[in-house]
Amino acid sequence: MKLNERSVAHYATCDSPADHAGFLRKRVERHHHHAHHHHATSYQRRWFVLKGNLLFYFEERESREPMGLVVLEGCTVELCEATEEFAFAIRFDDAGARAYVLVADGQAAMEAWVKALSRASFDYMRLVVRELEKQLEEACKSLAACRKSPRRSSSSGRKRHLSNPALLPLPEKPAILENGYSTWGSGGGVPGRAACPDRDGGHAKPPPLPPRRRSAAASATGSPVPGLSLAMLESPVSPEMACFSKLHSWYGQEIAALRREWQERQKRGHP
Amino acid sequence: MRYNERELLSLARQPAEKAAEILMRVPKKGSVLKKRLVKLVVNFLFYFRTDEAEPIGALLLEHCRITKEEENVFSISFIEEPERKYCFECDSEQQCQEWIEALKRASYEFMRRSLIFYRNEIQKMTGKDPLEQYGISEEARFQLGTHKQ
Repeated sequence: MKLNERSVAHYATCDSPADHAGFLRKRVERHHHHAHHHHATSYQRRWFVLKGNLLFYFEERESREPMGLVVLEGCTVELCEATEEFAFAIRFDDAGARAYVLVADGQAAMEAWVKALSRASFDYMRLVVRELEKQLEEACKSLAACRKSPRRSSSSGRKRHLSNPALLPLPEKPAILENGYSTWGSGGGVPGRAACPDRDGGHAKPPPLPPRRRSAAASATGSPVPGLSLAMLESPVSPEMACFSKLHSWYGQEIAALRREWQERQKRGHP
Repeated sequence: MRYNERELLSLARQPAEKAAEILMRVPKKGSVLKKRLVKLVVNFLFYFRTDEAEPIGALLLEHCRITKEEENVFSISFIEEPERKYCFECDSEQQCQEWIEALKRASYEFMRRSLIFYRNEIQKMTGKDPLEQYGISEEARFQLGTHKQ
């Protein structure tokens, strides 16, 4: 079966970051021509580089081309009882397939390799991505839901605050959103105080910045530019992600809603 | 370069993300479009003669560029050799677009970037690292920016 080997080799040696790398001794698998002869197992020291679900090995660290590749799909990684200490094996679900027995330099190195290799499969990565995708959606929804509550409780909250600061009521929000909320409102927001925009003395202010933006920027500029542009700068992500545009338009709607709310409050006139 | 061909063949038999019979042309002098069964499994694109069980070949889809060519046609090329194109002619423009989208998202590196993006966004919104609960916050593969070996 053909493989685009030149491109694969290029991927192995280019400077995209490796997930793990180091020397390992690789057990030499011999053809069993002389089945009844007793061969001593031998190991060869190679430089291993793990990128994604691909484990490359090089004859030497400076070699310009990989000697070999192990595709890490449909396999398990386990400690093995070899005569060697710090040995582990990559075994495939396919029963007839040969296992790769590798030996690390020490306990820590062995553990690090076993961990890295057992999380190398494409499916594992896909699982984690889907989980985070879900969590992000839920975080966005919670944020939207909580934005609605401050307006209802604001008038009673304010009165109590003015008459007795000690009775400063805390809005009932899930703890995880406090970080987002604490950046709203006045420039001198007390860290950790879950502030709502209404509480800030009532004088006209620029529209509150979305929580995400404030955490990254040093000062409130009042600009309606959403935090998304900062997100784009901070994250090493290319714009062609399909779900990115979904998030982008979601954030855009959120910003528009926030501005509308602020404008309405201004019209009604803060007492 | 040696590789575990047996495992790759086994992978080719796994359920595919996407599979279809498509006309394909490899970047070899004089090659023509031929009908192939094209199958996307994880970050590999396998291609078979339509009546055979074992693939003729496999393309690792890392550091590749998927380009829309003329109508119904897209190509796959690799960073270090952008002129060498594997061409695919689909039955319809819709099929062509679907394959382009699927292939652009097929690489491990694409998934890694998505994960880092989501992690970063969740962290900014909630103040918490979503990977902590899984005990994988420190894994090199999930870090923002480049990570050292």
